[in-house]
Formats: sequence, structure tokens, C-alpha cells
Amino acid sequence: MASANGAYDVDAIRRDFPILGETVYDRPLVYLDNGASAQKPRAVIDSLSRVYETEYANVHRGVHYMSQKATEAMEGAREKARAFINAEHAHEAIFVRGATEGINLVASSWGRANLEAGDEIVLSVMEHHSNIVPWQIVAEQAGAAIRVVPIDDDGVLDMDALESLVGPRTRMVAVTHVSNALGTVVPVEDVIRIAHRNGALVLLDGCQAVPHMAVDVRALDVDFYVYSGHKLYGPSGIGILYGKESLLKAMPPYQGGGEMIESVTFEKTTYAGLPFKFEAGTPHIAGAIGLGAAIDYVSAIGLDRIGAHESDILEYATARLGALNSVRLIGTAPEKAAIVSFNLEDVHPHDVGTILDREGVAVRTGHHCAQPVMDRFDVAATVRASFGLYNTRREVDALVDALGRVQEIFGR
Amino acid sequence: MIDLRSLYQDVILDHSRNPRNSGALELHSHEANGNNPLCGDKVRVYMQVGNGKIDDIRFEAKGCAISVASASMMTELIKGVEIGEARAAFARFHEIVTRKGDISDEELEALDKLAALIGVREFPMRIKCATLPWHAMTAALDGVDGDVTTE
Repeated sequence: MASANGAYDVDAIRRDFPILGETVYDRPLVYLDNGASAQKPRAVIDSLSRVYETEYANVHRGVHYMSQKATEAMEGAREKARAFINAEHAHEAIFVRGATEGINLVASSWGRANLEAGDEIVLSVMEHHSNIVPWQIVAEQAGAAIRVVPIDDDGVLDMDALESLVGPRTRMVAVTHVSNALGTVVPVEDVIRIAHRNGALVLLDGCQAVPHMAVDVRALDVDFYVYSGHKLYGPSGIGILYGKESLLKAMPPYQGGGEMIESVTFEKTTYAGLPFKFEAGTPHIAGAIGLGAAIDYVSAIGLDRIGAHESDILEYATARLGALNSVRLIGTAPEKAAIVSFNLEDVHPHDVGTILDREGVAVRTGHHCAQPVMDRFDVAATVRASFGLYNTRREVDALVDALGRVQEIFGR
Repeated sequence: MIDLRSLYQDVILDHSRNPRNSGALELHSHEANGNNPLCGDKVRVYMQVGNGKIDDIRFEAKGCAISVASASMMTELIKGVEIGEARAAFARFHEIVTRKGDISDEELEALDKLAALIGVREFPMRIKCATLPWHAMTAALDGVDGDVTTE
């Protein structure tokens, strides 16, 4: 495995990812869709097999050996998840299916207990649908209102607008840490400061941040932080909701069932403590352990070094794409993570995606589950190349060459 | 490149760049929207129907080359035909683009100009692009209010 010492050896890192050796349509796979889901290193793949081959049983239930072993492995993964974002307590890291479930959990549990008619929830225009719809649902039930912070033409969050939108009625500010459609890095320290000054809580959607940068929830003083494992080179179907202990303790359960109870009678049920109160039912045991392996993997390389490598790729991609007359970059914020969204003149993103695919280049085309962003830039869709720790300048060249094919086919 | 050319034939590119019967139809008896939520393609089909015949048809589309070309060719093909014939044309087209097996020469011929669209068979994600305008047309005939999707 690639180590934290010495130069960033991207070739060695690539060898850790078996799928990168695959060919598609007889061409090497150029995987630039990491924002949708990242590929898995051998260490994660092996950890899943190891769970099922050597340490699998249901967790927190059996007195038998395998159950204890699986429980230890899963709780070990929780501790890794705690350390990864520097939370104070492991029980502040709730295993959820992904960021979507994490946000729904907070919106539903915290929201139903705390929101009243006339309260306000502040979102940004560049949220993923998963950080919009759960709030709309709970706002409608409570009679609360949603306020939306705009962005400028570069995709930078309008902090003046945020400052004026957050006020005494604001209960929650829920924004993305990094925009999935534009790559914009949001100045979350300022967002949190403004929200807290007004007595509002902050939830950050960290899906597109944690694969690219070190996150410290205590330094940020953020109230809730969510991310999905599969974008962090881990399994799908598992993710983390971080919440401050005091907040989580005060929140009612999200789902009822096994594991989340202390005792059940038909007269009265008492709930388990953290984190189990929010983990009803048998969890994705192998997935949680696999997420722990993914955290180990990126931590061994070092997020600072990953971030530096990706910055180089982003800069190179921005320059090469920007040099093409037919390309319109969408999302040109000065602070960006490894995402480039663009459109080609006169060619629909869907057609671009199909042609790139036949050249072996995997990109996302569409609205990226962020329709308000598309509306903001008056486009129906974009092409999005999103980079990960294993991508290379050579792959950016492959993308640019493949765009040349698009021009060949669509050229007049 | 050969398979991409089978998808993006010249006739497709021509229809997508210069769509026929594009724009709203002021006087119309039927209309419906088609949406592909996956990629954001949108098409709106307007028809003037009288005595069981599609006297006029126009469309507005915001979408990929395949969906716009398919809409354009559809309007050329079913303008002036009986409703039953238009529905039958879609049924034939839909069956053939979603079929796994071979297509006979007779079937190809029966497709008329839509034969240019059968390249989508090799691109499963794009079949919905080709059928979207037809779904909208059918929805309009059925009097479906609001949007239909390909999902």
C-alpha cells in the first residue's frame, strides 16, 4: 500500500485499486466519476471478505464468540470514524445508510422535536436534493419556512446574503461543505460563526469534502456533520452522522426497533443510549467495518497529501478544459475541491457522456441531483469530471482527447 | 467509432440541429409534457386532432440530440395520419428498440425514417431519449394532464 512517506506515488496507489486495471470497450478505464461514487482499494474489498469469512455474526446481541468479535470490529470502525473527524466521543458517530439518511434523521428527529410554526431553516442554492427535500418535508409539517442563500456567477456562496438571512427565527443552517455540482468549497467556519451568533444550529453535508480534506468537527464547532462511505472509497450503504452529544441525547429516536431499546413492554419502552438509540435494526455490519478500512486507507496516505495531489489535477484539468473554445466551465470559485463541471457549445451533456463513455472515460452527466444549481446557471445539465486520489494528468489528457471525438462527431 | 456513428448518423445530427415542426402550435386540441428525470430532457408535444386524424403536430424540446431528432422525425412521420396508425408506429418502434433479438429487413423498412434511430439499441441508457417524445405524444392523445416520464 502507498505510504505516507516520500513522494506521492500515484502509480502505487492505482495498483491498490483492482478496478483501475479494467478495460471498457477495449480501452483503459478512465474513472472521473468519483463525486458520484469512488472505487474501492484492495484493503476495503479484503476487509469485507474478512468479515464474512472470519468474524461475522449479529452485533451487540450474542454472548457467543463470533458475535463479540463482530461487535468489536464494528465498534472499532466507529472509533476510527470518531478519530477521522476528531469527534470527542465515538458514540457521537452514528452509523447510517449514507448522508441522505443522516440528514433525514436530523430533519425528522431534531426537526419534529424543535421546529415550530414561523421558524426558519436556511439552505444554500447549491445543495444536493438530499439536503433540500428532508427539510421541506419537516418544514411543511411544522409550518416552518425555508430560506435560500444564493451564489454568485462563479458559484461562490453569497456570505452577505447569508448574514442577512440568518436571524432570530433561524433554527437550522444546513449547507454543503463542498458543492457536488460545482466543486465550491464553502467557508463553513464563517457559516457556523454566523449561525451560532444567531442561536441557530448547523448541519454540514460533508460528502464531497471528506475524500479531499481533513475535517475537524470540534475545531469547526459544527453541530451535525454527515458523509457517505462510498464516496470515501468505502462500501455503499453505510455512512456517518456526527452530532454533538448533548444534541443527540436530547433528540427522540428516528426509527423504532431492535438494538435501539433498553427495555420494551406494551406499557412503556425505554430507549438505549447513544449511539444505539439511532441504530434500530441490524446495521450494515460489514459495511461499517469496510468504512473503517477505507478511513485507515486514506489516513495512511494522508488527506493533506491527497488534497495536494488533487489540487494539481484540478488545476491541470481547469487549464486544459478552459483552453478549449467550445467549453464553458460552470463553477469557477477560487476555493474548489476536485470537481470540474462544464458544458460544450451546441452539444447536450447526455450526448457528450455517451461519446466519452465509448472512449473509456466515465463522467457524470445530468443535473447531479442539484436542480436549483442548474437553474441558477440556466442549464438543464452539465458534464462533471470529479477526481479522486488515484487520478492522473494523463487521465485529464484522455478526457480532453475524448472531447475531441465529440467535436469530430458533432462538428459541422 | 463505428458504433458511435451508428448512433449519431448524419440524419440524426441533421434533425437535432434543424428540428422540423419545432415550436409551439397555437391552435391545438391535445398537448402533453415528457420528462426524463435522469438527464433533464424535456419535450412538449402539441397536436391538432380532428375526426380521428392528427392534422398538425409540433413540439418544443430541451434535450439531447437523440431526443430532439426523435421528436422531429416523429412529427414528420405522424402528421396527417390516423391516431391508430400513430399509436401503431410507436408500438412498432418501441418493440424494436427494446428488443434483444435481430431485426428483419421488412421490420426495418416498416420503421421508415425511424430506422436511423435503432442505433440506440446498443446504448441502453439512451433508449429512453429516443422514446421520450413518443411517450409524450401518446400521453397527449390519452388526455393525460401534466407530465409523463420515461421512468
